[in-house]
Amino acid sequence: MTAETGIGARVKRKEDQRFLTGTGRYVDDLPLARATYAYFLRSPHAHAKIKSIDVSAAKAMPGVVDIFTGKDIADAKVGGLICGWVVKDKHGEPHKAPPHPVMALDTVRYVGDTVAMIVANTHDEAKDAAEAIKVDYDVKPANVDLARALDKGAPEVHAAEAPGNLIYDWEIGVKADVDAAFAKAAHVTKIDIVNNRLIPNAMEPRAAAAEYDKGTGNYTLWSTSQNPHVLRLILSAFVLGIPEHKLRVIAPDVGGGFGSKIFCYNEETMVTWAASRVGRPIKWTAERSESFMTDAHGRDHVTHAELALDKDGKFLALKVETIANMGAYLSTFSTAVPTYLYATLLAGQYTTPVIYANVKAALTHTAPVDAYRGAGRPEATFVIESIVSKAAKELKMDTADLRRKNFIPKEAFPYQTPVALQYDSGNYPPIIDEAIKIADYKGFEGRRAEAKSRGKLRGIGFSSYIEACGLAPSQVIGQLGGGVGQWESAQLKFNPTGNVQILTGAHSHGQSHETTFAQLISDKLGVPFENIEVVHGDTATTPFGMGSYGSRSLAVGGSAIMKAADKIIAKGRRIAAHLMEADVADIEFENGTFKVKGTDKNVPLAQAVFAAYVPHNYPLHELEPGMDENAFYDPANFVYPAGTQICEVEIDPDTGVVEVVNHTAVDDFGNIINPMIVEGQVHGGIVQGVGQALLENAVYDKETGQLVSGSYMDYTMPRADDVPSFKLGYKVTPCPHNPLGVKGCGEAGAIAAPAAVMNAVHDALAPLGVTHVPMPATPLSVWQTIQGAQRKAAE
Amino acid sequence: MYDFAYHRPKSLSEAVGLLKGKDEARPMSGGMTLIPTLKQRLARPSDVVDLGGVKELAGIKVEGNNVVIGGMTRHAEVATSADVKNAIPALAYLAGHIGDPQVRNRGTMGGSVANNDPAADYPAAVVALNATVTTNTGKHAADSFFKGLFETALGEGELITSISFPKAEKAAYIKFPNPASRYAMVGVFVAKTASGVRVAVTGAGPCVFRVKAMEDALSKNFSSAAIKDIKIPADGLNSDIHGSAEYRAHLVGVMARRAVDAANK
Repeated sequence: MTAETGIGARVKRKEDQRFLTGTGRYVDDLPLARATYAYFLRSPHAHAKIKSIDVSAAKAMPGVVDIFTGKDIADAKVGGLICGWVVKDKHGEPHKAPPHPVMALDTVRYVGDTVAMIVANTHDEAKDAAEAIKVDYDVKPANVDLARALDKGAPEVHAAEAPGNLIYDWEIGVKADVDAAFAKAAHVTKIDIVNNRLIPNAMEPRAAAAEYDKGTGNYTLWSTSQNPHVLRLILSAFVLGIPEHKLRVIAPDVGGGFGSKIFCYNEETMVTWAASRVGRPIKWTAERSESFMTDAHGRDHVTHAELALDKDGKFLALKVETIANMGAYLSTFSTAVPTYLYATLLAGQYTTPVIYANVKAALTHTAPVDAYRGAGRPEATFVIESIVSKAAKELKMDTADLRRKNFIPKEAFPYQTPVALQYDSGNYPPIIDEAIKIADYKGFEGRRAEAKSRGKLRGIGFSSYIEACGLAPSQVIGQLGGGVGQWESAQLKFNPTGNVQILTGAHSHGQSHETTFAQLISDKLGVPFENIEVVHGDTATTPFGMGSYGSRSLAVGGSAIMKAADKIIAKGRRIAAHLMEADVADIEFENGTFKVKGTDKNVPLAQAVFAAYVPHNYPLHELEPGMDENAFYDPANFVYPAGTQICEVEIDPDTGVVEVVNHTAVDDFGNIINPMIVEGQVHGGIVQGVGQALLENAVYDKETGQLVSGSYMDYTMPRADDVPSFKLGYKVTPCPHNPLGVKGCGEAGAIAAPAAVMNAVHDALAPLGVTHVPMPATPLSVWQTIQGAQRKAAE
Repeated sequence: MYDFAYHRPKSLSEAVGLLKGKDEARPMSGGMTLIPTLKQRLARPSDVVDLGGVKELAGIKVEGNNVVIGGMTRHAEVATSADVKNAIPALAYLAGHIGDPQVRNRGTMGGSVANNDPAADYPAAVVALNATVTTNTGKHAADSFFKGLFETALGEGELITSISFPKAEKAAYIKFPNPASRYAMVGVFVAKTASGVRVAVTGAGPCVFRVKAMEDALSKNFSSAAIKDIKIPADGLNSDIHGSAEYRAHLVGVMARRAVDAANK
């Protein structure tokens, strides 16, 4: 009955029916009676003192309900936004924590910083009034060049609280050991790379709507959040002081997040706070240009790395120096991304015995930077896989052979890396072998020659990534300075008629939980797929949960669902034993039916459920009625998906245009619940990775601090015709510590792809003597690189 | 957007009447530039005169050696017109590669030419084919029509009624799209018509321009080899995060050679 809808089945997405017919319900769709509309006046300057703000004319404009400035917020003693992860620097001191007011008080620190909130009867009236607000700015020099941000004399973003723009100077590993290994190296490969800054660009812009119920004193906030409970916790405990039980946060259908909707933002805070002041509901939806300016951006590292190898190509040590951009304020999890989600991954798939990484987090006059699909792991993979490929070129070794030579062997798992993580499982050689087979690596030189006959430069690039996801063991997170637990919750609420609701603390904003989670229960309990409903995203109806990010929904949230299902089975066995007058020990559960071992007596689960709700014939003296079970699951370790991507590109030397002509990905995600959904995740991830490698770049003008790539006219989003059809494969080593044996698949594509693409670009240009191409490899940048190589060759 | 008075005249004379005497009145043909500009509050017209109801401005006809295209003719109509494909296939190709399907089904030739966006495609065709721009008040030769960045010879209340393109013996348009917007970063239209060989470049500079050196070389020998050593000076060309002036200058050469090759096919 459930084989078509159980684990491993390519079940079509339940949620697509409403998404594809325009009947999804997003925050902006909410019909709220008597709603007002908020508009935020934003700083046009990257850095300025606010000498004065005059809202008097604006307040008199038609339709204006109220206007709030930083002074109003300060007077009301609204707390600032928090950074929820305390990273201790190399001296054991907590990171610098400059204030993050929800509205600028006397200084604006990036283009887009909030200056005033206008509430009006319509959006247009609010916008008209915003133009009538007079702000007198004293414009100051801006610091937007990350490589120079920590230099002496660079304009300071928070001079008092973070002198010299330094948030922390952090390290991992023993430098002396690494230096000693380098002293013995036969070869050292060095790279200087920039991991380009990205703007998340979820299809649905951020939105918030809030309502205050004067009668009960309850607030309701609808927000485009990936984690409504976490948002409520932050707003309650740190920012607004509204008790958790008086604040309901609902994250309904959300159109993509990619990390950018994890965080607690100014606008949703202001909308909630002002709803009680105004006495009417307030709605706000970001315009696209606001999304560009103010969604937390991703990546943005400047890195120098060195790899020491012995004469046979064995890795002896890795040394990494990174400056990571924090932007103008510390976003919710910003501090953790370039440390615990980055440097701890620097072992990659390799046995590198000693690793040292130093990370300096810097403030700049730019939008806050935080987790974005992969968060730290794409940056780590780009460092490792770039330097390994470069080492292979320098040593004239086959790039796959060099990787194989250094892979952690299967027998070594669980494997303790020199950078804190203990990999639970994996088997890397079969993955690269499969990728090589699918990509026809052997035939590549023939394809290169054929391309050359057409005037094209063809190259091939590998990226063998590891990632740690399924966030996360709570106690490990606590030891590392994280401010929250990282378990997940689930509730299985059967109804008397036998259908069931899965209430989950995870949140789906594109991940297909409504389908995948239903498959778990269809498989485990034998309930028909159509009788299962997944409920998520509302703090009033679902158990407290941590939300979705870090590829955790299935590994952690799915595990909680399985635990709750075990409780359902345990209770059902006792009910069935009673109904069949048998011993509980003799009851087996199979295909949705309780059976007495060795007989044909049976009670279907639905009958046990009915008996639990209509307990006329029921062991009430020893068993509560009802069939409704809760579970919390805290993982024993991260999960460690791994894989190899192989990319092939062709470059037109006349124009610098890079075309991705082949892209293969072979992944180990552990057991797979719905292969179709996993393919979708991998496809989307690769496209984002190709986007970072070739197209996307958040550019601030170095003089003025203006966001140059502030719209789709200048920010190149990948389109369908920028990528070929992908070739995918899988190898499975089940996760040994979660009940489903699953690892995460949501970020892998984006983690591995940039290095695969860039290595292919380097390979294609190597015959011209090119050793470095900056990312993204745009036509301009590739053409300039080729020009530089030709000039050098001519000298 | 800000409030404005909206008009939808049914005739050219009514449209011109509505535009006259109002400093801040703006005509709108397809609205593919005007609407986004309004939505971003970058323009504040008092009146918008929608030419969509003026039937006499639309349509394509062949008159002798010329293809005459009405100002309100949509790009999609130009791209699929049998007359255009037959007489000047390069023009149909150009129209079929403007923007995306939505833009091609709304945007018009007259609107694009009157707007004279430096990255628009049509100006290259108008100049290279030595077309004539006809308005409600008179006629403009291609060479004197495009004056500079978003500037044309159109006077107040003057509307493009049609553009007349001479048939080409050989012609092709090749563009290098801006990676983000996909507007022409460099677009080169090469044409050999009764009035000679012309090479017109859009996207690279503030306004469409001709490359005399290439025209001279191609007049003698219409092959890409004839222009392979001609260097375009970078001075005065556009420069942004997608392309430096030097890169654009280089691309003019590459696109021109490809256009000549395409025209010779």
